[in-house]
Order: sequence, then structure tokens, then C-alpha cells
Amino acid sequence: MDRRSFLTCSAAGVAAATFAPTLAFAKAATDKRFLFVIQRGAADGLMTLMPTGDPGLAALRPQLAVEGGTKLDGMFTLHPALKQTAALYAAKQAMFVHAVASPYRDRSHFDGQNVLETGGSLPYRLRDGWMNRLVSTMPDDPKAIAFSPTVPPALRGAAQVASYAPSNLPDASQDLLIRVGDLYQADKQLGPLWNQALSARAQAGDLASARGAAAAGALAAKMMAGPNGARIGMVETDGWDTHSGQKGRLNAQLTGMDAMLAAFREGLGADWSNTLVLVATEFGRTARENGTGGTDHGTGSVAWLLGGAVSGGKVVADWPGLSQAALYEDRDLKPTTALDSLIATALAQQFGQDPARLAATLFPETGAKPLPKLLVA
Amino acid sequence: MNDLIFAENRFGLGPRSGQSPGRSDGRGWAEAQVGQRLAGLPGIPTRADAAAALLAYREERQNARQGQAAMQPAAMPTGGTMTITPAAEAKAPRPHELQMARREQRELYLRLVDARIGAALTTEQPFLERLAHFWANHFAVGATKATTIGYAGLLEMEAIRPHLTGRFADMLMAVERHPAMLLYLDQAQSVGPNSVAGQRAGQRGRDVGLNENLAREILELHTLGVRTGYAQADVTEFARALTGWTIAGLGRGRAIDGAEGDFTFAAMLHEPGSRTILGKRYGEGGEEQGRAVLMDLAVHPATARHVATKLARHFAADDPPPAMVTRLEQAFLKSGGDLPTVYRALLASPEAWDAASPKFRNPWEWSVASLRALGVERSPGQRAVGMLQELGMPVWRPTSPAGFDDVAASWAAPDALMRRVEAAQRMAGAVSGLDARVVAPRVLGARLTPATATAISRAESPATGLALMLVSPEFLRR
Repeated sequence: MDRRSFLTCSAAGVAAATFAPTLAFAKAATDKRFLFVIQRGAADGLMTLMPTGDPGLAALRPQLAVEGGTKLDGMFTLHPALKQTAALYAAKQAMFVHAVASPYRDRSHFDGQNVLETGGSLPYRLRDGWMNRLVSTMPDDPKAIAFSPTVPPALRGAAQVASYAPSNLPDASQDLLIRVGDLYQADKQLGPLWNQALSARAQAGDLASARGAAAAGALAAKMMAGPNGARIGMVETDGWDTHSGQKGRLNAQLTGMDAMLAAFREGLGADWSNTLVLVATEFGRTARENGTGGTDHGTGSVAWLLGGAVSGGKVVADWPGLSQAALYEDRDLKPTTALDSLIATALAQQFGQDPARLAATLFPETGAKPLPKLLVA
Repeated sequence: MNDLIFAENRFGLGPRSGQSPGRSDGRGWAEAQVGQRLAGLPGIPTRADAAAALLAYREERQNARQGQAAMQPAAMPTGGTMTITPAAEAKAPRPHELQMARREQRELYLRLVDARIGAALTTEQPFLERLAHFWANHFAVGATKATTIGYAGLLEMEAIRPHLTGRFADMLMAVERHPAMLLYLDQAQSVGPNSVAGQRAGQRGRDVGLNENLAREILELHTLGVRTGYAQADVTEFARALTGWTIAGLGRGRAIDGAEGDFTFAAMLHEPGSRTILGKRYGEGGEEQGRAVLMDLAVHPATARHVATKLARHFAADDPPPAMVTRLEQAFLKSGGDLPTVYRALLASPEAWDAASPKFRNPWEWSVASLRALGVERSPGQRAVGMLQELGMPVWRPTSPAGFDDVAASWAAPDALMRRVEAAQRMAGAVSGLDARVVAPRVLGARLTPATATAISRAESPATGLALMLVSPEFLRR
């Protein structure tokens, strides 16, 4: 018997004896799900959702211009790599909010990601992440999981969080697993981590060694589907920092994202109707292409909201325009919508919470305010 | 807690199982190394090998593209001599020659990983090796692009190790002019808009120009540190000062004379004029302009603070003790960035010897310490690369120029822990004749707890005993 079948078959006995039984079997108080997909490296919102109706675009991006794509309205065209996302949009299960940004206005990835993930007004002001605080606002244990070997900053904090990602290492023996569990029991740091690791692997089952973008989406779905699935999840993607050769690289990145999201939707089955997915990046890229076939660090970008719970089929943007005078610091797409406000509004609607209170909990120092527009059904 | 085993864990790479306990003066052991030069690694590839492999790869890629009518041309001539090389790779079936060219680059990467691991497992200077790993992560380059796979490891070999016990300024200069860095942070492609090449390109309607990636990361990551008072204008000005720094035979230096793959200054790419950076004016001086800025950054107080903070975090605690940071900062400033002086201040800091605040070993440190504890002297690069990938820390492949994180929160996580248990089982299963009951006191010393000793003694097999030792709470920390 290998480890996975051991965990699936006899986890009840082991869990009762050694581990906190709530981890594997508690049923959360809500059926709603939330997945956050972070695009590390500052994804180019101007090419993801191209403002083709803005006369400024062609002038700013002569070499990077992309043919085709899906026209969403008179202004915006979705990148051609996002075919399945376009179908979701047509089914009113995807919407985009353009010209968004976190409160961060400088151009360091690491600081930008820290602000995005902690939900603070400045880098390193808060030690825990807004997703972890979201977990704490929910009754019972909603089970939160990072689909990566370690827990990203957005999910770090007081609430216990699982982490899981496929591994090619050979399974450890049942005997070793039990002995390690005993060894970690008294260790405040390692004990809880170990319990989380055991229950996550048990749940991954067949997908424990799958690789690739679609596999990542399928795995996330498997861990979040059904009555015992995690309610809150986070996927990290990187490779968005396109200083050079952007055209091909962004196409590959978006193709992967499209496949991952589609596999996630398919894998969730009926739970998709209760699900909200948010895709966001730490900041955008310069409006003008640079001299090396790429773009540099900018400000405004685009956020994606997808899921059966989304009242989609629209682009929300207080569009600032791309004329030279309209650019932020003469370089970047000017942000007109606060990403933290968007997140707080969407999550309050998703989980039936008071928007103002949730905004204050998730983003205690940024002054995030619920958006007047209804974003989610 | 100044015994040798403690020092080997905290400042070295972990004790080796075959080693006798030796003298107990851990601090003396570490300080003795500070006065030495780090031994070179024999038989490693050179930058000429990496350049040849990259050029061969580019040629095959171009051949492959010309064979595909649908593809964009790989090179668009600009200004008669310059070429643009798209970093994006074709999404088409790869011809055999292209695959071979790729494999050659990967081979270079593996040979360098092999050399690094071999040194880590057998070195007589574990403290200096640790420092080499520290600086390679500070000046991180990633083997993550087609252009840098063969090069990434060379930065550590050619720019960091030779300067490990010299001046910070010399290491900085060697790093920023190394082809690995120039390729990784896009500097090799940067063109001054008003340079000869930039103007020629402009006349032909080509938009070639400045790339500020290297300038930004030098300020943010390599020297001053982020949020230390520089502005976007400083970044852009610095990027202008650096134009012309490129690589002979590669990048925009393709048509420039010189040994292929070596740093070169291409005057025709350089943005003319004086530059003002951090309030100081740098007159036109061609290559010297960028060099002068770097020299000032190398001894800047913010750089001293940044380096001191990172060293204290690495050797003492995730939250660097303020008094220790100040001590290292002063040592840096007073000595003009003399690294041995800074290392001695580090070893003289009581905070770094506090047994009550161990650091959680990152995957590289844990893997090396594990293999040393098991008495392994050679671990083929291919196998180690796979294992470190699974453990979340592939060698010379951080996901960003910031390098790998240096705090427990980044490494102590549920799945990461499970992977270490799996890896420990695999490593322990590959050795024979070792008794964990004997090895554990030798490698853990006073840290070994009765609970772990008991667990080891009750293991059902020698291999399980060794695996338990490797994943014990005290072995996971240093």
C-alpha cells in the first residue's frame, strides 16, 4: 500500500489518534469558494485586455501590438490567447476591471507584491496577509490552502493554512510518516504544519504528481470541490516580468493562464456556481514599449473576476485614456480604481459580509471603500 | 555555545559524519578562514564555453526559424550593425540541432552545479563557502532564460568567489560587468536613444532604446536597498550612464570587437552627456561614467546598512538584531567595504552565537547539511538539481532578481516539510553502514534532544533512523 492510499483509507484512524480531526473533516459554514491567482512580475494589463478603442494604444505599442483577439465592447479587446476566458465572458461568468492598482506607487516587484499581499498601505507595514485575515472573519474553519510548497505572504498569519503542490519525490513510507508525526508533536512550529501536510496530500489523491498549467487548475479544483473542499485558495504564477521579448512570452503566459482557469472551472463541477476567482498583479507595465521589445515597471493594470458567482460579461473601467497627458508620471496607465476596494467589495458580496467592515479588516490602513458598482451577482 | 559543532552548523555547512569532533573552538575555526582566500574549483566551464554554447544555440534557433515561413524573422537589422534578438522562443517542433544546442547549455549548467555541490560537500572552508552562497543569492541571476542557462553559475564562479575576501566594491564591479548579469537583467540590449546606434535606428524608424532593468536592481537589490531615497529619475539616469555596457559577440555588442562573451564597452550605444544621480553630477566619460556611479554606490551608507542587515538576517535571526546590524554597518563603513572586516564583526557578535534562536535551514542548506551528515562526498548535479527543484530552491534559479528569501516563513510550510521527509528517506536509503545513533550526536552536538535520540534509537531500520535524524526539529534548524 503506498502512502496516498494509506492516507485515504486509514486517515480516519490516524487522524483521530494523532492529528487534529477538524483539519480533514470539518464542513465549512459556507458553500462559497474564493480563489486568488497572483501574477508575480507585474503583468501587462494593456495587452491582456487591450484598449483597442483608444487611439493612444497603437502609438505606444507599435511593435507589441497583437492581431485578433476577442472584442468585448467598443473599447476593449481580450488577448487572443485567452480563448476559454473569452467563452466565460460570453457566458457572463467573467468580468474585468481595468486601470486598477494597489496603493503602491513605486516600481519594485517585491515591495509591490508585499503591499498587494499584506493589504497594507506601505510595504512591510503588516505582517500577515489579507487572505489570512479573510479566513479569520469566517465562522468555523473554512480551510484555506496555497497551491505551492510554501505559504505565500497573502495567506500568512494567525489562521492555520495548508499548502500543497505536486512533487516528483518518492512517497515516504507509512512508518516514517507516523514517526515524524510523533517527533513533531511537541514542536509549536512543525506540529501544525505537519498535520496540514498530511491532510492536503490525502486530498490530492491521483493529481499528486500532475504538472503543467491545466494540471494546476485541475488540482486546485480537486482540493476545493465538494462539501469538504477548501473554501479559500491561492495560486501563484510567475514569469510576467517582460522587459524584453514580451510578445511571445506574454502569449505563452496567457495561454497557460487560460488553460489553468478552464481546468479549474471544469474540475469544480457544480461548485463553480458558488465560486469567485480573482486574478491580479502587483502593478502594471509602462504604457510605452521600451527599446528591447518589452515594457518596464508601470502602475495601472487589469484585474480579472471569474466564476459562476460573478455577474460578468462586462468591463468596468473609469478609463483614464492613453494620451501623453493622461499617463501617470508620463509613463504608466493611470490607476482609477483601487484594487483593495475591488477585492473587499467582491469578497463581501461573495461571503455575505458587511462591505465596510470587511474592507477595514482586510485593508486596515488603506482606507479601502466598498465600490458603488455591483460587481458580483 | 562556542563549540565546533555549533559553529559548523551556524556558520558552516553542517558537520560531516566522518569527521572527528576536533577542537572545541568554533569561533577560532571560523575566524581562521576569514584570513584565507577561497580555494578555486577545478575543471569548471568558462565564460568562453558559455558564449560558444549560446551562440550555437542562437544560430540553430535562427536556422529553425528561417525554415518556418510563418515565423517572424529572428533578426531585424538596425543601424547596419545592430540586431534585435527576441527572447521569446518559437512554439514549434524543435529540430534536432536546436535540441542539441539547448542540451549543451544545460550541460554547462549541470557541470557548474556539480562543482558547487562537490565543493560544499568536501570543502575545508565551510564558512567561506557559505558566504559564497550568500553573495550569489544577493547578486542573484537566474538560469531561467535561454540566454542565461549556461551563464548563471558562472557569475558565482567568476565574479563572486574571487572577491569573497576582498572589497565589496570589487565584487560589485565584477558582478555588474559579468555577462551573466548583463544578460539576465537585459543590460546587454540597452541602447542610449541619442547614441550613434540609437539615432541611426531612429532614422530608420526602429524603436530601440533604453532598458532600465539593471540600473533599478543595482539600486534596489545590490547596493542601497529599496526605499532608500532614490527616485525614478535616478534610475533612468543611471540606466543612461550604463548604456554601452554590453557583451562582445552577444547582445547589442554582436558586431563589437573583443573576445566573444566578454564584457565590452560599445561607445556607439552610449548615451552622450553628463548624468545626475542622487544629486551628484557625473560628467561624460564613456565607460567610466557608469563605473564612477557604481563606485559611489559601493561605499554609500545605505549600502552598508543593506548589506549589514542581510548578513545579520542570514547568520543570526529572521528579524535582524538591531545592535548587530549597527555593528556590521560600522565595520563596513569604517573599512570602506572591506569584507573580511565585516565578517570578523559578524563572528564577534554575540547575537550570532545565541543558541536559543536558531534559523530554519533553507532547502539548499538542509540538503547540503544532510549529505554531509551522511558522509556523501559526491552527488551528481542532475540528481541534486531534481531534488532541490522539488524542495523549492533550484540551484541558481530564483524566480526573481531578489534571490531566494531568507526567512523561515518562506520555507517552513506543510508541503515543504513533507517533501523534506520524502527527500530524507531517499538520501538515507542511498547510504549504507551508517548508524544514526552514532552520527546524530556528532552532527547535532548539544542540540540533540532526548526525544530525537529516542526516536532514532527506536527506528525500524538504519535508513529510517537516518531519515528521522535529517528531518528532526533540531536538524531542520541551524
